[in-house]
Amino acid sequence: MNLDLVIDSLPALMGGLGKTLQLVVLSLLAGFALAIGVAMMRLSSVRPVALAAEGYTFFFRSTPLLVQIFLIYYGMGQFETIRESMLWPVLREPYWCAIIALTLNSAAYTGEIIRGGIQAVPFGQVEAAKACGMSTAQTYRRIVLPQAFRLALPAYGNEIILMVQASALASTITIMELTGAARAIASRTFQPVEVFVIAGAIYLALNFLISRGVRVAELRLNPARR
Amino acid sequence: MSKRIVAAALMAAALLAGCGDDKNDAPATDARGLPSPIRIATEGAYPPFNYFDPSGKVIGLDIDIVEEMCRRLEAKCEITPQNWDGIIPGLQAGKYDAIIAGMSITDERRQAVAFTQGYATTPGYFVTLKDNPLQQVVIEPPRLNLNEIDPAEQAALDKLKTALKGKTVGVQQATIHANFLEKYLGDSVSIRRYDTQENLALDLASNRIDAGLADIIAWKPFLESQPGQNAKTFGPGLDGDVFGQGMGIALRKEDTKLLEAFNGALTAMKQDGTLKRLSEARAGFDASMP
Amino acid sequence: MLDLLSYGDGGWGDEILRGAGMTILVAVTSFLLGIALGSLGAAGKLARGRLARGAADAYTTIVRGVPALLIIWLLFFGGSGAVTWVAQLFGFSGRVEVDAFAVGVLAVGTVSGAYSAEVLRGAVLAVPPGQMEAAKALGMSPFLAFRRVLVPQTLRYALPGLGNVWQLTLKDTSLISVASLAELMRMSHLASGATRQPFFFFAVAALLYLLMTVGSNAAFRRAEAHANRGVRRAA
Repeated sequence: MNLDLVIDSLPALMGGLGKTLQLVVLSLLAGFALAIGVAMMRLSSVRPVALAAEGYTFFFRSTPLLVQIFLIYYGMGQFETIRESMLWPVLREPYWCAIIALTLNSAAYTGEIIRGGIQAVPFGQVEAAKACGMSTAQTYRRIVLPQAFRLALPAYGNEIILMVQASALASTITIMELTGAARAIASRTFQPVEVFVIAGAIYLALNFLISRGVRVAELRLNPARR
Repeated sequence: MSKRIVAAALMAAALLAGCGDDKNDAPATDARGLPSPIRIATEGAYPPFNYFDPSGKVIGLDIDIVEEMCRRLEAKCEITPQNWDGIIPGLQAGKYDAIIAGMSITDERRQAVAFTQGYATTPGYFVTLKDNPLQQVVIEPPRLNLNEIDPAEQAALDKLKTALKGKTVGVQQATIHANFLEKYLGDSVSIRRYDTQENLALDLASNRIDAGLADIIAWKPFLESQPGQNAKTFGPGLDGDVFGQGMGIALRKEDTKLLEAFNGALTAMKQDGTLKRLSEARAGFDASMP
Repeated sequence: MLDLLSYGDGGWGDEILRGAGMTILVAVTSFLLGIALGSLGAAGKLARGRLARGAADAYTTIVRGVPALLIIWLLFFGGSGAVTWVAQLFGFSGRVEVDAFAVGVLAVGTVSGAYSAEVLRGAVLAVPPGQMEAAKALGMSPFLAFRRVLVPQTLRYALPGLGNVWQLTLKDTSLISVASLAELMRMSHLASGATRQPFFFFAVAALLYLLMTVGSNAAFRRAEAHANRGVRRAA
């Protein structure tokens, strides 16, 4: 392995890593917030609302993320009306388009995970809450959601790692995150394998840290299981 | 039967399929020592040099030139479309024997591959939308050759740099235009690298970038299209230095026989005016090199 | 605008459909390769030997920890070289060429296999151990017990998870567009570039992927129903 190449490319790759982290954190936060709404809509007794959430989830889970990114970035940019609208300053930037795509995608999967968590909370608890006189909102806030999150944590840990992987696709719309930076170096130096292996190692290290972090979080939320 | 046996059989089949056909062990060669057929890679997203028509065929100036060369050499040629990013590594790995893809001859690329003589040359131009304030800036002289920069040219270059300061400029990844931006304007412009020229043009038309830099011939199909009616070139035409020494056909360094054959055909085509004719037919003007 | 999609030389319809066909072909082949690799991986993870467990763990961790896009690029750029090198170890001379299809299948199959391994491992562990004990008590050879008791039940537990892995595999095929394989994503990309109508063609592509998903979901549901015939379940 060419050591010079490793040293030369590290600054650019680290810059890329920074961008990757930005994309991941922002999309996860926005996605999670959106997902709570999606999950609750899915469980709603109002049929059209539940259907809308189902349709949304189905679309974003059944089409590849690459198609979604291209639809949002190049697809939206094609229309005159969008270019002249208020949304344009946001949709104009590949960075925000990527975050929108990643957020919508993540919310679809996370919505399912949270829904599973909510449904796993024993119904007796909800009954007890009602008996105590809590409103639905209070029940959700105090009883259901905290436990749902705890139950959903292992699956959500998976989702975090998948988000790191998904961020690599942002490189296809010119964003210089880790994969994009690696690609630029690879095409300049004609040594693609070395550069990609280094980038892969950085991803591995990142994912290792994330899994460790999730496991620590799991232990802290489940003191009984320690 | 047992899932394991089925699984093992499938895996073996998949691996064997992956090991390639027998006919590819050693590329077949004809009596002259040239590969037969000659497999040539091109990109397919760089009109008018190489692009797809709706029937799925790759056409363009590059294809015309290669077909003419193979006709003269009485050799069979196969054209393979390939992503720009992997086109040189693919050559090195032996997936094909030559590349003709509007690829400029540069010293950097010369380290990895061999080139025939140049067959076309066009200057690079910035293009912006007509209502962009950059269009107000006038830079003389109209052509800048970066090979030996005299004071007038240096002044023009500085004016260009000032005008573009802080702007977003798009280029295609891994091109001489990207290299130019990095070398001369790297600290003053924000560079956006696209996978294809066509996507670069799309974003320019949507006003996502302030300007794009590419070959003037590559800009032509866009400027003549409906979305391109709003766009215009800006600044001087640029060549020399990082812009390379014209476009050439890339070959592996050890394929000297093929290089000789191609160069011979190209020389003949230049001398009898065929190259000029093909260029005018596809690109509207004579981009051929003497 | 629909004439853009027309069949034949004037429109992109036939290219897109052919791309969809290629997508399905790659997805199915990769999925099967993934099950093969996943079986090995699951077996390795459940094995007693530390070496086998370590290797299997390394496989699933590395492949699930690196973006599929990067893996595909690595194999695309390095694949021919690696296969040639391995072939040379076996005394094979000359260049071995790995075409885009093989690279794609290898890449997606490897990724698919890592996830399949987890599903299969969970499925094997879900079979009540008492059943294998009973089989042994009845005098069945390990192989017979494996064939008659373990495999059918593993399949039953694994089907939902494998359905997920299949969906993942189908979507990952879109990443091979970077390797110039003429599947659905790449053809849409080419068409959109040539016609400057990205929204139209990517929307068509999305629709086709949706149809493929709906079709395979239905197929998996039938498979699950068949595998679970006669079984009373909680849900």
